[in-house]
Amino acid sequence: MALFSIPHVRIAGLAGAVPRTFRKTLDYSWISLRERQQLIQNVGVEQRRVAEKGMTTADLCYVAARQLIASLNWDAGSIDLLVFISQSGDYLVPPTSCILQDRLGLLKSCIAYDIGMGCSGYVYGLSAVGSMIATGAVKRTLMMVGDISTLTTSYKDKSSYPLFGDAGTATALEYSGEAPPLVFNLQTDGSGYQAIIIRDGRARHNLSRKSFGMKKISKGIIRSKLNLELDGIKIFNFSLREVVPNIKALLKHTGTELQDIDYIVFHQANKLINETLRKMLKAEKEKVPSSIQLYGNTSSASIPLTMITELRQQLSTGKQRLLLSAFGVGLSWGSVLLETDSIVCPEIMEY
Amino acid sequence: MTIEEFIQLVEEEFDDLDPGLLLPESKFREKFEWNSINALILIAVVKTEYDVILTADDLIRSVTVQNLYDIVKGRIQE
Repeated sequence: MALFSIPHVRIAGLAGAVPRTFRKTLDYSWISLRERQQLIQNVGVEQRRVAEKGMTTADLCYVAARQLIASLNWDAGSIDLLVFISQSGDYLVPPTSCILQDRLGLLKSCIAYDIGMGCSGYVYGLSAVGSMIATGAVKRTLMMVGDISTLTTSYKDKSSYPLFGDAGTATALEYSGEAPPLVFNLQTDGSGYQAIIIRDGRARHNLSRKSFGMKKISKGIIRSKLNLELDGIKIFNFSLREVVPNIKALLKHTGTELQDIDYIVFHQANKLINETLRKMLKAEKEKVPSSIQLYGNTSSASIPLTMITELRQQLSTGKQRLLLSAFGVGLSWGSVLLETDSIVCPEIMEY
Repeated sequence: MTIEEFIQLVEEEFDDLDPGLLLPESKFREKFEWNSINALILIAVVKTEYDVILTADDLIRSVTVQNLYDIVKGRIQE
C-alpha cells in the first residue's frame, strides 16, 4: 500500500468552469419516465453541463486558470510547472499542457506535461505536482484537471449517457515552508481495466470503419466501440470493496479520527455509491458535500468542482482539514488528507 | 439473520414493494420492475447491513429471494 507524505505544499487557490448548456435527466426520453425518476432519486443527477460542439476540456481549464491567476494576482511568468490531467486532451498528439503553456503566456522555462487519468486524477495529480514542489524544483504551479466526457457517451446508452457532465478546473499549488504535509494513500488494480473503457481509437485497437458500428448490448444500451462503456455493477462493487479500507488505512497511518476532519470530498461517482460509502464510514451528511445533482459525474473535475460549489465560503475564510477520496477508471483509487488555509476560490464560471 | 429479517430489509429499501409481497419462493425479478439501478440498490443495502458483496454473477444465478438469502447467509458465515 502506497502511504506517503509530501511536505511544504500549499493550495493557494482553486477555480473551475462549466459549459453554459445543460441537460435535465427528466428530459432524457430514451428511457421511461419511471426510469428517469429512479435515476434522479438513486444516481442523483438532476441536470448536468454539456459542452457545445468544438469546446474542449482545455478551453474550460484555460478559462478557470485565467481567472485563478488574476484572482491570486500571480504574474504568469512566475509559474514554473503546468500539469494537465484529463482523458480528453485536444489532440492525440501533442500534449495539451504544451498548448496551454503558450495560451496562458507562461515562460519557456515552464515545465509542462499531461497525465492521462480520469476519476482518480485529482488526487494523483496532487501527489505528482506536490512531489515536484517538495524537491524544490518548482515553486508556483498550475494543475489543470477535467474532462469532457459527454463527447464519448452514446445517447442510446442509458448506463452512461445520463450520468456524465463536463467541467474544467485549475488548482494553484505553491511551495510553503510552513504548510502541513499532504498525506496520501494511492492504489491501483489494472485487472479491472475493462470496467470503464473506450475500446477503439488508440494503439490497441486503432480506428477502423468497424469502430463506428452501433451495436445493441442489452435493453436500453446501444453503442459503438468509440463510446464510453461502463460496467455498473463491477464499478459499484469495486468502490464498495476498496474505498473505505483505503481511507481507514490513511486515517490509521496518520493517527487521525474521522471527527478531526471538517469535510470528506468524494469523487462524484453516483449518489448511491457515495451515500453507501458515507454510511460505511459512519460520517455525518453535513461532512460529505455533493455536487452530482447539478453537474453529474464530472470525472477528474468532480472533487475540485465540489470544493468550489459546496465549500467555497469555508475554504476562503479559514483553515479546513479535508479528506479527498477518488476512485474509478483504471481501476485506480486514492485518498489524501490535507489542510487548507484561506485559499483563493472564485465562484464557478460558465463558459 | 433470518430470511424474514432479510425480506423485511429488502422491502424497506424498495418503494415499489408493499410489505408482505415478498416470500422466500418469490421470483424477485417478477415482483417489481427489475433493472440495473435496483440491482445496485440491493447490492448497496446488503453491503451496508451485512458487509457482504453481491456480484453480477450472484444476481444472474439467483432466481428466488431464497437464492439471494442463501448467498448472503453463506458469506456472513465465511
